[in-house]
Amino acid sequence: MEPLLKVENLRIELTTRTGVAPVIDNLSFELGAGESISFVGESGCGKSMTALGIMGLLPEKVGRIASGSINFNGEELTTATAKRLRDIRGNDISMIFQEPMTSLNPVYTVGEQIAEVIRAHQGLSRKAAWDQAIELLDAVRIPNAKGRVSDYPFQMSGGQRQRVMIAIALACEPKILIADEPTTALDVTVQAQIFDLLNDMKRQTGASIIMITHDMGAVAEMAERMIVMYAGRKAEEGPVEQTIEHPRHPYTRGLISCVPHIMSNISEERHALTEVPGIVPSLSDFGQNRCLFASRCNMVTQKCLEERPTEKPFANGQKAACWYAEEV
Amino acid sequence: MAFLQKFLIRTLYAVILLAAVLVLNFSMMHLAPGDVADTISQSMGGADEEVLAQIRADYGLDQPFLVQLGRYVGNVLQFNLGYSFFYNAPVTDLILERLPATLLLVFTAQILALGIGVVLGVISARRPNGIASHFVTMLALFGYSAPVFWTGILLLIAFSLKIQWFPVAGMRDVTIVGGFFTHALDVARHLVLPVITLGSLFLALYSRLARATMMEVLGSDYVRTAKAKGLTEREVVYKHALKNSLSPVITLAGLQFSAVISGAVLVEAVFSWPGLGTLAFQSIIARDTPTILGILFFSALVVIVGNLLTDLALRLVDPRVGGKR
Repeated sequence: MEPLLKVENLRIELTTRTGVAPVIDNLSFELGAGESISFVGESGCGKSMTALGIMGLLPEKVGRIASGSINFNGEELTTATAKRLRDIRGNDISMIFQEPMTSLNPVYTVGEQIAEVIRAHQGLSRKAAWDQAIELLDAVRIPNAKGRVSDYPFQMSGGQRQRVMIAIALACEPKILIADEPTTALDVTVQAQIFDLLNDMKRQTGASIIMITHDMGAVAEMAERMIVMYAGRKAEEGPVEQTIEHPRHPYTRGLISCVPHIMSNISEERHALTEVPGIVPSLSDFGQNRCLFASRCNMVTQKCLEERPTEKPFANGQKAACWYAEEV
Repeated sequence: MAFLQKFLIRTLYAVILLAAVLVLNFSMMHLAPGDVADTISQSMGGADEEVLAQIRADYGLDQPFLVQLGRYVGNVLQFNLGYSFFYNAPVTDLILERLPATLLLVFTAQILALGIGVVLGVISARRPNGIASHFVTMLALFGYSAPVFWTGILLLIAFSLKIQWFPVAGMRDVTIVGGFFTHALDVARHLVLPVITLGSLFLALYSRLARATMMEVLGSDYVRTAKAKGLTEREVVYKHALKNSLSPVITLAGLQFSAVISGAVLVEAVFSWPGLGTLAFQSIIARDTPTILGILFFSALVVIVGNLLTDLALRLVDPRVGGKR
């Protein structure tokens, strides 16, 4: 079966003061209908850029898709017209952002902000769109939806605002929902509620979810497959359980060992919490033909510094871009 | 209800403020050397001490300061701003006669500067390196640095004397006959140059600010959300971004109200516009204390009303101002 979304050899370039840097370099992945995948990695590794690239929302005049293809439902998005992309955005592919506090427009009611997207894509009347906004607020479990629909964002809490964002994103029953760190700005109990809500919504609407996060707990909770990004390149891809159990890339291994295990708090012996030493290389080094993780890797050899590693597939579906993937 | 209550409280504050302005103005005029008696005696070609004392007694100027102040405040409370010996008319009448001309000038200039300023700001914010953007920057520089009377005189020379498009001075042509519409058109023709002169300074301010806030708003998260909804460019800019970038501009316009009025004094002097400015100018030369005080009082009133209107406009644009919670 053809995947719903197929990204091939995608290269996104950003123009910076020091020159043009490939923030996404040769990225390929597939997303099936109803599937959930997670993008994981440190800040600045290109997770959000991938999302904005798919949405056609790269920063104007600064970012552009240099090569590669994004195929959605048989349609090529990299060459689609602005109008066609507008029709898809918010309708077939929609997105939730990291900052619920600032992602809603402060001067319009939440009802209007939900109804607006329904009117834009489904051509409903004002009244019908407003009624549907109330239903959506109810669906994202905002109590007294009928009363809250004419509230302004400043009258709602962070968790409620993110629920409104989810209502906006799901208003037109999209085929793909991109969630860019949807819970980073929220406190832990609210995070769990939002994950629950997203999982329920996914079951009800059958939407595929692309979840961007740096929270390993969120990955385990939300996704079936995960893609680990490093410095704009895909380091590793695989089914969530197997990958966490046995990572095939030194960076994935580092990321996972960074997460304190729940048992370590209770058991007598505590493992020292490890870290991945060093920092992500600067944008100007992104394009080089070598392993970009080499400077932080404890398995580094001369080969890593001379040639970019190719992707090695494993029998269980894992793939890792490391010369020594078998040995990890 | 809450809104009405807030409005009433604001009005109460305004009245207190106005009273303070009244007392302060009167005290300052009293401190200034020279009084009405000096001026009258000058116009008579000089007078001896006896006559001066007589004049002072006639006008109540020999009374202690507090008594004079009390009388003045009492009169103002009865809507009586005193009597101008220079114009031989009650000050209230003098002012009410000229107020409409000034209001016409001030509000037209203010509204045009705001409207055009915001439009220029939006256009230039969308293309920060485009021609419109450079035009706004130059306009701002020019509007800031060119004194109002100089701009006014240059415009007069160019468009009234060299190319005779607009009348040189005044507000209406007395020789014109016709209905309301003909007269309105005549006033509009007279209004063009003074409004351009007065408005250019504020246009510069507003367009600069509108450009800056618009650029900030266009980079905000909720504009990205609006784009992610698949809205058209026009909806994103004029629905989502514009309403958010209006508040700072409206606030500035409110603060500038006093500056617009003091600017109007100069502009009216240049164009012989029959408004409060011209009256103020003449009465200062003539040391006509009651008239000057009356004008200051009315200017304060206009500024306060302007600020109240600004407050109302802000509430319309931004629900967070004086919001429910």
